[in-house]
Order: sequence, then structure tokens, then C-alpha cells
Amino acid sequence: MLYREAGQFKTSYQADGQIFPILQDRIALLAMLAVAVVAVPLLASPYVLSAILIPFLIFSLAALGLNILTGYAGQLSLGTAAFMAVGAFASYNFILRIPGLPVLLAFVLGGLSAALVGIAFGLPSLRIRGFYLAAATLATQFFVVWCLTKIPYLTNYSTSGVITAQPIVILGYAFDTPDRKYLLVLAVVAVMALLAKNMIRSNVGRSWMAVRDMDVAAEVIGFRLMRTKLLAFAVSSFYCGVAGALYAYAYLGTVEPEAYNLDLSFRILFMIIIGGVGSVLGSFLGAAFIVLLPVLLNVVAHSLALPTSVASNLELMVFGALIIFFLIVEPHGLARLWQIGKEKLRLWPFPH
Amino acid sequence: MTEDAQMQMNEPEAHFGAVSTDGRRPTGPVILDLKNISLSFGGVRALTDISFDVRQHEIRAIIGPNGAGKSSMLNVINGVYRPQQGQIAYRGEVRKNMDCHAAAKSGIARTFQNIALFKGMTVLDNIMTGRNLKMKSNFLMQALYWGPARREEIAHRIKAEEIIDFLEIQAIRKTPVGRLPYGLQKRVELGRALAAEPEILLLDEPMAGMNVEEKQDMCRFILDVNDQFGTTIVLIEHDMGVVMDISDRVVVLDYGKKIGDGTPDEVRCNQDVINAYLGVACA
Amino acid sequence: MNFFFEVLIGGLLSGVMYALVAIGFVLIYKASGVFNFAQGAMVYFAALTCVGVMDKLGVSLWIALPITVAVMIVLGLAIERVVLRPLVNQPEITLFMATIGLAFFIEGLAQLMFGAQVRKLELPIEDVPSQYLMDNYNILVSQFDIMAAAVCGLLVTTLALLFSKTRVGRALRAVADDHQAALAVGIPLQRIWAVLWAVAGIVALVAGLLWGARNGVQFALTFVALKALPVLILGGFTSMPGAIVGGLVIGASEKLAEVYIGPLVGGGIEGWFPYVLALLFLLVRPEGLFGEKIIRRI
Repeated sequence: MLYREAGQFKTSYQADGQIFPILQDRIALLAMLAVAVVAVPLLASPYVLSAILIPFLIFSLAALGLNILTGYAGQLSLGTAAFMAVGAFASYNFILRIPGLPVLLAFVLGGLSAALVGIAFGLPSLRIRGFYLAAATLATQFFVVWCLTKIPYLTNYSTSGVITAQPIVILGYAFDTPDRKYLLVLAVVAVMALLAKNMIRSNVGRSWMAVRDMDVAAEVIGFRLMRTKLLAFAVSSFYCGVAGALYAYAYLGTVEPEAYNLDLSFRILFMIIIGGVGSVLGSFLGAAFIVLLPVLLNVVAHSLALPTSVASNLELMVFGALIIFFLIVEPHGLARLWQIGKEKLRLWPFPH
Repeated sequence: MTEDAQMQMNEPEAHFGAVSTDGRRPTGPVILDLKNISLSFGGVRALTDISFDVRQHEIRAIIGPNGAGKSSMLNVINGVYRPQQGQIAYRGEVRKNMDCHAAAKSGIARTFQNIALFKGMTVLDNIMTGRNLKMKSNFLMQALYWGPARREEIAHRIKAEEIIDFLEIQAIRKTPVGRLPYGLQKRVELGRALAAEPEILLLDEPMAGMNVEEKQDMCRFILDVNDQFGTTIVLIEHDMGVVMDISDRVVVLDYGKKIGDGTPDEVRCNQDVINAYLGVACA
Repeated sequence: MNFFFEVLIGGLLSGVMYALVAIGFVLIYKASGVFNFAQGAMVYFAALTCVGVMDKLGVSLWIALPITVAVMIVLGLAIERVVLRPLVNQPEITLFMATIGLAFFIEGLAQLMFGAQVRKLELPIEDVPSQYLMDNYNILVSQFDIMAAAVCGLLVTTLALLFSKTRVGRALRAVADDHQAALAVGIPLQRIWAVLWAVAGIVALVAGLLWGARNGVQFALTFVALKALPVLILGGFTSMPGAIVGGLVIGASEKLAEVYIGPLVGGGIEGWFPYVLALLFLLVRPEGLFGEKIIRRI
């Protein structure tokens, strides 16, 4: 009743092409942004900000990057964490060696470095597909992390291999408290999500989806396979690189190459599987799910007074079971469930 | 079939896609000339020494039994396969083989026997992919979706909508293609090929699996395209009624060799073609 | 020169161990088209169950073994019932991701049941150099490794015969090609899959016992499965002999690279060398040494 499209006509293609065509959606989005920007920093505790909201946003960005590569362009990748690592360590080195470099620019440069690595390791995708490509991306994952561990220059000759992220200062304003970091991360993620959505609904996105669905036909109608695939790797790695930099600078503070291990790559893959492969909203939903689940399990374990080893094993089991559950029940993930919910809402309170 | 096609050819229709009353556009000079094309896969010879030409604005049919090499022939024209021998002259330029991308750029579009649509996208998106060679903005401008990128997207949307109107698929424009019935998918594939505004349209069994009404519609679209835009059409088809009625000239293939070439009437009387493919009606 | 041979043989034999795990993959892939990422977890689970049962019930290896076999069979049946049956005819990638979830689940379950500490596994064969080879050829090769190689060979031969000669084998190959078609001709899909996964579980047990005896039963065992991926890439996903050859190549090259190239670049290249090798290999032959060429018609 409240949520319906009846009466909302589009009289131009520009209007038809909006990201949120339904008025109620736009209102909801503005309300959510208002809450996120104004209410949350005021009301949320530093714990919620630092341990839940900031990682949620950062992982959403990484999941978005992986979704671009795996969901939209169809190139299965298990090397997400490696690109995040490149972004983090590249940003670190840029800030370290170029005095006075603006922090945001350093993040962009970190992302670009990750993009270059992504293009290099994406070259095999021109010949290899499917699981084989996934196995090849494992090479990326292990090799990149090894490089970061073994090349002392990259960790500034630190004996333990750990780097400490420099404080974020933009135009004299220091982002050192959780709520300031949160707002910075929110801004970055919101802008990049908008850019991603724009790309996806334009020719670039169509070229990716064409290559994913049937690459021989895509080639026949004029898409250049190499350019499309490498661009997917580049853009995806850029997003993961920026996410990795934020992971180090706005979340962990001190970070070592091993923090970007295969386990992290799998976590992000799980985020897009559960959230919805090939969906911007799905990246966010999946990230929220995966970030909140351990917290929830911890709470349950505490209330049942289970030892931590049991809790961590239960976490593994619940993760695994949920993946299987989602793949059986709704292979398109939470995003599809959301869509179905909205469609039901359009009709509510009528049954059909 | 014959009378209906004749009627549709002569009667003007009120909406977009009208066909002229005085018959069809006269055929022009040769724009595609294939000489001595031979193609083999390992030990299998798909095509042996095939030569024929295609004139501008005409509808050229390729017929023959299954396995004769018809699809392979289209794939050679398109650049998907590279023949071991022979040459292709397209618009005056002589080449040993076509390159896929160059073929698409120079105005060759096609549909496929087993529909090659992008199942994850909507009808509108599929047709928009056909416009990709005409899009100039790069990914950064599209990411900002502002100014030139936005104007371009809308301009191409307008063109895609014209094609949607032409093919009468407005109602399903936002439906994911995977959910459509077979006949509609074939129509969408035709739309995607038309979106590229091609010089030559290669159609691989566009009417396979369709009932009589759907075939009539498809014939009407093909004839309209040929008449309205002057598009040359190379058509593989098994329905002899359609072939004989709408094509200007016919090439007959059998086991990779050419056994007939000429107007439909000439081919119909060719004894080799009758033996290999057409057969005779029992008295 | 002797040292080179020792490293080489050591590498070959560790390759045999990889091949053991890879065979489990090939078995399942060849017979159901599913790439079982959980094979490594199954290896760990099998080994852990065996030592866990020995610990908790205080029994010897020879009693724990049949119990473990029974557990693996039950596991196979459960996997078929809960995971595979609902996902019949889904695209390969969905099944692959389901097995990733399965891997996590099995790992968690194993550790929940028996604890995560490293355990020793004692097998009747001792890990000492073979006297015979020492005396006659002056080469240091462990008896254990030789036995592992023998077991591997026996396993592959048995499975290869199973696939090519028996009716069940033919049914398995049909299932691998097309689930629905196999169902349509009356092949009892569920039963076959249950058998298949139970057998894969036993293969995993064999691998788990040998690896566990060598390295101790610990969580790191699951990473062995990851190492099996380059093995499969080299050997092709559908070939058992390919799994062996791939295993040997990966094992040998990994050790040789570590010994000869490692010191030049700071060591630790075992972690990525097999993958990069497989990657380079794929560029030349996208379907592996023995794999079937994929032809796509358009």
C-alpha cells in the first residue's frame, strides 16, 4: 500500500535509467544516509563503530571489488586479499617516501598499484577459465604475500615485518577517533559504490556481463575480450586495493602481510556468495552478514558459557553450513531475497 | 505461405516498418565475394573449395542438409573460423580471412543457431550490447555518468527502443532473457544484431523451432529490414517455403561442397539439389 | 650429484603423497562433475578421527581403522543426502562453492569432536632409510616413502580398473557428463553418489594416515588439499594417471626449487612455486597434460 510504483510514470529515458526509480526507495535511501552520517556517530559507541561498522564498510568495498570481477565479469578469483595487501602496502610506502602526500591521494595510488598487479595477474584469464582461473589466482595470493614478506624495502626494513599505518590527516584535520574514521570510510565507500553502480549500468558493465555470459558471442558482436577482462581485473583490484588500505589505516592500525591471507580471500568470497553474486546491494548485505555473524556467535557462546575453542569451531561449522544453505535455498543470495521481499511489499496487504 | 508473403509485400502497413508497394529494392553490386574457401578441423573437411558472391541489398539463402557446412560458412564470413585456403573480398578489400572484431566493425552482424544471447541480462541490455561498437566514452566517464557519457547512453537507448518498437517486443524489454520462450529469444537476438546497424546480416536458422505465426512474423521482420534499411541478408534456413519465397538467390551446400547456385527457381529444378536435399513429391 | 638425486627422489615421493590427495579429487570430479574442495578437509577429518578414536577409546590402530572407515562412509552418505541431492543439476560453480562451505564445516566438526592439538600417528612402517637401498646404491630413501608409493600405485590401479571395466564405472562416467540425462536413463544417481563419496572418504583416509604419520595430524593438513590443485592442473582434472604424473612433477619441482632457487631469493618459495608453475603450464595447455580438450560449438 505504501510501497508501490503505481502513479510513478517515467517520461524520459533519463528518468527511466535512474538507480532508484521508485520514489519510496529514494526517500528510504536519503533517510538511511541521514542516519548513517548524523545519527550513528552521535549515538553509536566507539566499540560498535570500530569493531562493527568500520569493518562492515571496508569489507563491503572489498566485496564490491570481488563482485565486479567474479559476479559481473565472471572471472572467479581467490586472490582478493592479495590485492588488498598491495593497496595497503603501496599506500604505506607512498606516504612514507613522499612527504606531504595527501592521504586520499595515497589511497588512490595504492589502489592504482593494486590495479597494475591485477592486470598482470589477470593476463592468464585470457587463456584460462573457470576453476583453472581460480587456481591461477591462488598463485597471485601466495606469491604477492610472499613478496611482501621477503622484500624488506616494502615493509621499511621492519624486523618483524609489521608496518604501522601513519595517522590520517587531511587538510590539517586529524582522523584519529572512531567516529571520524567512520565518516571518512563511509564517504569513500559511498562514492566508490556510486561509481561502481554507474559503471555497471553503462557499456562497461554490459561488456563485463556479456563476457561472463557468453564470451564467444561477445567477441562476435564487437567487444574486445582482452580489454574487457583486464579492465575488470584492474577496476576490481583498484577497489580491493583501496579497501586494503582502509583496512590498514582505518581499522587495524598495524598490519603485516599475513593479515591478508587466503582465509581473508575466502571470507570475502563468502560475502558475495551469501550476499548475492552480481549485485551491488549484495556486497553490502553479505559483508554485514559475515561481520555480524562472529559477533552473534560470540554472544551465544558467552551466554552458554562455552569455551573459546568450541566457539571458534562452531563458527567454522556455521559458516560452512550457511554457505551450503544459501546455495541450496537461494543461490542468488540475500540480494535476491531482498528483491523478493520488496516485490511482496509492493502488493501488501493484498496477497497477489 | 506464398500468398501471405506476397500480400504482406504489397500492402503498406500503417506503422513503422512499412514495405514499399512496388516490390523490393533492386540489388546492387557485389559486396561480398568468397573464392575457393576451404576449411578443415583436424582431419574433417568442413568446406571444400566454395565460391559464391553476395550482392548488396539482396537476400541470399544458404541451404543444404545438416552437416553440410552452412554454419561454418557463416563463421568464416564472420571471422570466427579462419579458412585454410581461399580469400574473402568484402567491400573491395581482399583478405585471406576475416578478423572477428574487424568484421563486426565493418558492418557484419549475425545471429546464431543455438541462441547466443546473454542470459543474465534483460532484453533491453542485450540490444544495447549490440550498440557497443558505436559507443565512444571510456569507463571513467561512464563511472561518473555525467555529461558526454550520459548523453551517449540516452542516445543509444533511443536507437535501441526504435528496434524494440520495430520488433514489437516492448512489453518484455525489462525481462531477463533467460526467462523468455524460444521464439521471443530469437527475436531479441535479431534485435541485437540490428542494433549494430549492419551492412550485412548473417542469420543462422532464424526460424528454427517456430510455429507458422512466428515464422510469418520473422519473415515480415526480415523483409522489412531488407527493404527499410537496405541491409543485405545471408540466411540459412531449412523451411523451403520461406527460402523460395523471400530469397533473391540461393546457394546449396552438401558435405562441404557447393552443388547449386542461382535463383530459387533455378535451384528448385537442379537435379543435384533434388537428389541431395529437396527430394521429389511422390506422384 | 647424490644430493641432487636425494632431493629429487624426496620430491618425487612427496609428490606421491600429493597424488594420493589428488586422486580423491579426480575420483569425484570424474564421476560427478563436482570439484570437491572439501577433499583436504576430509583427509584431515579421517586422520583426526582415527587418532581421536585411538585416544578417546584407548584402542589400537587396527581397531580404530574399521571404525574410521565406518565414520567416513557415514560422512559420505550424509554429504550426498544433505549437500548434493538438493543441488542436482546446478552449475559447476555452485557445487564448487558448496564444497568450499563443506570444507569449513568438516574442519570445524573434526576439531569440535576431537580437539585441535597436533597429534602423532604411528604406523607400522617406520620412517627410516631403506637398508637395501643404502647398502646397494648409497641413496637415502625412507621405507615409509616406498610404501606410500606402493599404496598409491595400488589405489590408482584399482580405481582405474573400476572406472573402465565395471558397470558401476560406466554409470559414474555417465553421471559426470550430465546428471539429468543419467537420471533419465535410470541410473540410480543418489546411490551412486553415496558410494562415490564413501569411496572418496576412504581414499581420503589412506592419504590422511600417510600424511598424518609423516607430518603429524594437525590443521595444516587441510592445506595439502590446496597443493593438490596445481597437481590437478598439470595432470588434468579427469585423469588418474594424470594425477600421479602431476603429483610427481609438482613434488619434485617444488623440492628442487626450494633447495636450489630458494636460497637465492630468501627461501619459502614452496608456498607459491607449484601454483606459479601450474599457472605457466596452463598458459600453454589450458586443459592440463591428460585432460580432455573442451570444444565449444557456436
